[in-house]
Amino acid sequence: MGTLVTIELALAFLGLGFVVGIPLAVGEVYGNKFVKNLAVLPIVEFFRSIPALVLLFLFYFGASSLNLSLSPFIAALLAMGFRSAAYQSQIFRGAIKSIDVGQMQAARSIGMSKFKAIRYIILPQALRISIPSWSNEYSSVLKDTSLVYALGVTELMRQGRYIVARTFGNAILVYVVCALIYFVIVHFGVKLLDFLEEKYKIPGYEIKKVTTRA
Amino acid sequence: MTQTILKVENLHKSYGKTEVIKGVSFEIKKSETKVIVGPSGTGKSTLLRCINQLDPPDKGRVWLEDVEISKSHIDINQIRASIGFVFQSFNLFTHLTALDNVRIGLMRVKGMKEEEATKISIEELKRVGLGDKIHNYPAQLSGGQQQRVSIARALAMSPKLILFDEPTSALDPELIGEVLEVMINLAKEGTTMIVVTHEMGFARSVANDIIFMDDGIILEEGPPGEIFKNPKHKRTAKFFSKITQLEGEKAK
Amino acid sequence: MNFFEFAWSILPKLLQGSLISLELTALAISIGLILGIPLSLGRVYGNKIIYTVTTIYIEAFRGTPMLTQLFILYFGLPSIGIMFPPFTAALIGLGLNSAAYQAEYFRGAIQAVKDGQMVAARSIGMSKIKAIRYIILPQMFRLVIPSWSNELVLLLKASSIVYMIQVSELVSVGRQIASRNFRTFEVFLVIAFIYFVIVEVLNRILHSVERKIKIPGL
Repeated sequence: MGTLVTIELALAFLGLGFVVGIPLAVGEVYGNKFVKNLAVLPIVEFFRSIPALVLLFLFYFGASSLNLSLSPFIAALLAMGFRSAAYQSQIFRGAIKSIDVGQMQAARSIGMSKFKAIRYIILPQALRISIPSWSNEYSSVLKDTSLVYALGVTELMRQGRYIVARTFGNAILVYVVCALIYFVIVHFGVKLLDFLEEKYKIPGYEIKKVTTRA
Repeated sequence: MTQTILKVENLHKSYGKTEVIKGVSFEIKKSETKVIVGPSGTGKSTLLRCINQLDPPDKGRVWLEDVEISKSHIDINQIRASIGFVFQSFNLFTHLTALDNVRIGLMRVKGMKEEEATKISIEELKRVGLGDKIHNYPAQLSGGQQQRVSIARALAMSPKLILFDEPTSALDPELIGEVLEVMINLAKEGTTMIVVTHEMGFARSVANDIIFMDDGIILEEGPPGEIFKNPKHKRTAKFFSKITQLEGEKAK
Repeated sequence: MNFFEFAWSILPKLLQGSLISLELTALAISIGLILGIPLSLGRVYGNKIIYTVTTIYIEAFRGTPMLTQLFILYFGLPSIGIMFPPFTAALIGLGLNSAAYQAEYFRGAIQAVKDGQMVAARSIGMSKIKAIRYIILPQMFRLVIPSWSNELVLLLKASSIVYMIQVSELVSVGRQIASRNFRTFEVFLVIAFIYFVIVEVLNRILHSVERKIKIPGL
C-alpha cells in the first residue's frame, strides 16, 4: 500500500514541477532581464542549493509558524513540487535553447505572437528533446519520495518500518524488498518514457542524448 | 644483398562477410620506400593495420626481419615499438605537449630515462622542423604541424620501418607540402617506408616501387618509371590516366 | 529574541554540525572516487563477467533511494548480526552510493576520449594497461571535472539524509535545538542559509579549479 502512496507522491511532485517548471523555463529564456534575474534565477538557485530534507522541514514547520495547518502530505507536495519545478525548468531551458533560432524567426515571420510561437512551435519540439533528461528527473523524484518519511507520511519506507516493528520481522529482508520495489518502479517508468520517446519521435530529427542532472 | 625488413605472405582479411584483402604478398628491403596506390576502399589502409596487428589478419604471415610477427604468442607491444605508424587523423595525444607526445613512447614503453628521452625527442622534433613548438599542445598546432609531430613520434622510437596511412589526406591543400617535404627527406636519408597515398608526385619522386592495389589484391608492382609508362593491366593504366588527367588540370 | 539574534545564537552549534556534514561528504566522495574508477574501467574495458558484475552494482545503487540503502545498512544488517555505528553506516552508505554515480560519470568521460587515442597508444607499443594509465585516464580526469563537481555538491546535500539514521550532522543538530525552543521554522531557515552558502562557495571554488587545469583543446 505504501507503494501506491509513493507513486502518488511522485506523480504529484512531477506534475507540480512540470506545471511550474515550464513557465520558469520560458521566463528564463525569453523573459527580460528583470524577470530572469530577480524572479526566476533566485527561485531556481534557492531550490537547487538546499537539500531536499531541509526543504521539507522548512515548508512543514514554516507553515505552522504562519499559523497555517498543513498536512504533511501537502507540505511535502509544495516543497518537492517546487523543487522539481526548479530542476525541470533547467531541463526545459536546455532543450529550448538547443532549438535552432530559425524556428522562432520563421514563426514570427508568419505573424505569430511570441506567446503563440512558444506554444505551437518551440514547446512541442522542446518537450520531445527533454524526454531523456526528464526521465532522469523522474527517477530522482521517485527516489526522493522516500524522504517524506521524515514528515511522517505513510509512503513505502514508513510502511516498511511499520512492518518491521509490528511483526518483529527480518529488517534486512523488508528493506531489501522496499529497495526492489523502488527499483522496479523506476525501471518501468523509464521504459515507459523511452517508449513515449519513440512513439512521438519526429522522423529524421536527430535527438542527442544529453544527461544533465544539475 | 640488402636485408629484407618486412615480408608479407598471402594476407587475407574480412570484415563480416566482405573480404577486403584477398591474398596479398610483398617484401620490402632496408632503405626502400614503397608506395601503395589504388582506388579508395580497396584495402590499402587495412593492409597497413594488418602488418602491425592493429587489425589482426585472418590468414597469412608477416615477418619483421627474421621474426614472424603474425604468430599468436608473440609480444605484440615490443613489435609495435619497432614499427612506426603515422595515421591519417594524426592521433596525437591531446593532453600532452608536442615534446611529451614524442617522449612518452621512449619513457613508458622503452623505459628510457627522462634526460635521454628528452634529448632524442627534441632532435626528432627539430628534424621535422618543429623545434620551436615543442611545448605547444596539439590543439594549438595546425594540421600539418600535428602530422609532423606524429612523424617525430614515430621516428623517436627508432623503428625498423615506418608505415604511413594516407598521411596527407586529412590536410588542407596548403599544408600538404610541409608534410611531404619531411617524408621526402626521410626517404632520401634511407628510412624504410611503406606509404599509402594519393600523392603521385611524391610517389614518382622517391618510391623505389609502386604497388597498385585494386579490389583487395596487388595488381602490379614495379618502379615508378616502368609502371607509369608500361602498365601491364588495363585497370592500372586506367587508374593512372585518371590521375595524370587530374594532375595535368592542377598544373594548368 | 527576534530572528537575527536567535539565528546568531544558534549559529555556533549549527556550524559544528555542518563540519560533521562536510567531513562525511569529503570522506564519502573519496571512497566513491577510489571505488568508482575501477568500476568504470570494468564497465568499459572488462570482459563479460566483469561488465555484468559492475553493471549490477551500479544499477542497484543508482536505482534505489539513498534512504533505503542507509536503512538496510543501519537497521537491516543488525538482523543478520552486523551492527554499524551511525557514522560508519552513513559513511559506507554514502561512499558506496557515490561510487556508483561517479563510475557512470567516469565512464562517460572515458567514452568521450576519442578512439584514435587508444589506437595511437597501441601503435607505439603500449600495452592496454599502459595506454589506459598514461593516455586515457589523464584525459578522462580533465573531461570529468564538471560532472564530478556536480557529484560533490549533490553528495553534500544528500548527507543531510543521514539524519535519519541518527548521525549528528547539521539537520540533526538543528532538530535538537528546535526541540528545546520550538522555533523550528527559524532554525531551518538558518540551516537552509548555511547550506546555500556552502554550496555557492563550493561551486565557485570548483569553477576556478576547472579553469586553472584547462588544457587548450581539451
